[in-house]
Amino acid sequence: MRTLADLLPTQAARIRSISGFDGLTQRLSELGFTPGQFVQVVRFAPLGDPMQIRIRGFNIALRRNEARRIILDPS
Amino acid sequence: MAVTASRTPLPISDHTPLSPSPVRRRYLIAVIGNPNTGKTTLFNALTGLSQHTGNYPGVTVESALGELTIEGDRFLAVDLPGTYSLAPRAPDEMLAVSVLFGHGKDIPAPDVVLCVLDATNLDRNLYLLTQVLETGRPVVVALTMMDLAQKQGIVIDVEALQKKLAVPVVPVHAARRIGLSALQQTIRQAVRAPIAPMSLIQLPEIFIREVVTVKLALANGQRKFPRFLIERLLIDAGGSIEQELVRQLGESIMTPVYAARERLIATNTSPSQMETNARYRWITETIATVVRQPLTVNLTWTDRIDQIVTHKFWGLFVFLVAMAVTFQSIFSWAAPLMNIIEGTFSALGTRVRNVVPDGPLQSLVVDGVIGGVGAVITFVPQIAILFGLIALLEDSGYMARAAFLMDRIMASFGLSGRSFIPLLSSFACAVPGIMSTRSIDNHRDRIATILIAPLMSCSARLPVYVLFISAFIPNQTMGGVVGLQGLTLFVMYTLGLIVAPPVALLLKRTILRGESVPFLLELPPFKIPAWRVVFFRMYDRSLAFLRRAGTIILATTILVWALSYYPTQPHLTEEFRARSATATPEEQARLATEEAGIRLRESYLGQAGHAIEPLVRPLGWDWKIGMATLASFPAREVIIAALGTIYNLGNEQSEESVELRSAMQAERWPDGRPVYTPIVALSVMVFFALCCQCGATLATIKRETGSWGYAAFTFVYMTSLAYLGALVVYQVGSRVL
Repeated sequence: MRTLADLLPTQAARIRSISGFDGLTQRLSELGFTPGQFVQVVRFAPLGDPMQIRIRGFNIALRRNEARRIILDPS
Repeated sequence: MAVTASRTPLPISDHTPLSPSPVRRRYLIAVIGNPNTGKTTLFNALTGLSQHTGNYPGVTVESALGELTIEGDRFLAVDLPGTYSLAPRAPDEMLAVSVLFGHGKDIPAPDVVLCVLDATNLDRNLYLLTQVLETGRPVVVALTMMDLAQKQGIVIDVEALQKKLAVPVVPVHAARRIGLSALQQTIRQAVRAPIAPMSLIQLPEIFIREVVTVKLALANGQRKFPRFLIERLLIDAGGSIEQELVRQLGESIMTPVYAARERLIATNTSPSQMETNARYRWITETIATVVRQPLTVNLTWTDRIDQIVTHKFWGLFVFLVAMAVTFQSIFSWAAPLMNIIEGTFSALGTRVRNVVPDGPLQSLVVDGVIGGVGAVITFVPQIAILFGLIALLEDSGYMARAAFLMDRIMASFGLSGRSFIPLLSSFACAVPGIMSTRSIDNHRDRIATILIAPLMSCSARLPVYVLFISAFIPNQTMGGVVGLQGLTLFVMYTLGLIVAPPVALLLKRTILRGESVPFLLELPPFKIPAWRVVFFRMYDRSLAFLRRAGTIILATTILVWALSYYPTQPHLTEEFRARSATATPEEQARLATEEAGIRLRESYLGQAGHAIEPLVRPLGWDWKIGMATLASFPAREVIIAALGTIYNLGNEQSEESVELRSAMQAERWPDGRPVYTPIVALSVMVFFALCCQCGATLATIKRETGSWGYAAFTFVYMTSLAYLGALVVYQVGSRVL
């Protein structure tokens, strides 16, 4: 299963679902990580983590660990 | 475990009626919005200089309050912390929910909620608004960043948006004061003829049925939960509302809730996704009809700047340069102002000495008050510059990038980039730094951050560093570029940063064990800082510092003076009068110094100082330094006042009050060696860098964690660290150099 953590900088893809039932799932959804939405990896931080993501026109930093929860449509 | 600092009352009673009671003196406005929407700039523009921190009715957590008058109607406004949703998981989100619902008759819900929406980020901002509308309070929407949206090619049909939302929408540009009076009129109308807004979102039938079930199960005679809270309880598994309710009413209250959640999850969609999907579906449809998005997205200024400041190499370079420049400029920009203040107090002291006759009163005023408090006030320019620079970094958007760069490092010590901002604010002052940990949703992370925040080099340490560096660190440059004094200051500031991570790691491995927590941080667009915000912060913080100088520092200073002046020892007066009667003028001066020295040594302070001298000798200190340090435990900057008093009293032969720096440079051991060498100065500075000499910080830790235990722990570990650090510096330094 391809997740957001598998994308390279500048690559974009469509969200299929967010896995899990906890607070993180809810937080991500509230911020607009919803099924069908496009997400793009902008860059990785100089030390490799976290990553800068663009979604719905804004930028957000999240760690690879959290990005793995975001399941993408197959390319 | 519930975060006890969120001891905000849970709204478990009926709603406040919409029409305000006629006896009420003023209306309440709650200002809410996502972070980085220009909410605080708007709040400042509306409330002006009436702004202060205080307690909103019924809420024990301090927040930003302000007053405004609109055509004779008075309003109290509260600036709620920036939040993305009303599903509270952190103490400051819980604060927002508590304020929006009020609590019984005495603590009313706001008469109007001003919801600030960022026009460049409308979908995510509307998410919060759809929730706010469901609280049932009258709502006014302020639409900010319209100019930025226009630049990005986003076109918003405000009329159509207003129709869709069914609440008034007012575009504003707070910094240029555009739209403010329209906004004020709309706010006034909203409280004069209050209308409960409509809920826009239709949640799935199956969810609504469960809400009714839970509502019935929880209903009992006196208590009636607002529907919105039942929904939250059902959706936010493990959230703050659940925690607070369990704390107040016991675990059994959750039984029907757990059962309902199970039934919902069995349908294969979690309650939280039912909610977010429903809201975003409505938002996407609405946006499609009222907003025209640009066809192509151009590279913005923010993207260009980000390419540099988050770059693998240049990003770290910019970060280090920014930090170094900050500290160097504190040092160089403030110097001329400091000299003026120093000169003024020195002249004032001389003037008073000439007017007031010799004796306790003259000594109290000149040596105690002017010498002591004056020495502290000298540092106002530096405090103002430091807070100004931090406000600049925050308001420009750079602070979030710093957190982005540092998260990996913070993670290796068990914290996250989210802790970085409170820690960086603690460089200004640990008190607001500790208060800003409220945005950390994980309790263990929050406590760990609170416990290490006082290690950050706060602005009260700055005067101590400045005094010792300017007096004892040679004013030389290395390689013609790096000033030794600036470098020492930089090292002192980094010391806390170096020590804090291992402490955090130790805490997270021992008393604060648990699984790692997620890190989500918005990287807002860069913007030109709002000068009002920056200057207000400088003004507000300098004032707070002066207030401290006028109260706790003044009191401690007078105490230090009294302890070093008394007992008066009249036998010495007679003895020295007899001896100087037959002496030459040179001998007289020498005798006067000797007399002053003996007096100080025999004073209460001197006796106590000698008692603790064995303890501080291994640090390279004499009893005067030890005594001044002991006196500065209530507030660390007292050391300057204390030294000022001690050395002024020890120099009675001089008609002018002596400048502290030269007095310290002239100080000698009995064998003639100078007391202060660069190593001794470093030892003192390291002690002050690591020690928790701040009553206000300890009180804040108690308030924010709800326990004196954490405050006591902080005090003990930091004081031990400080002693060890100073010991190592002196013992190693004096052998190597």
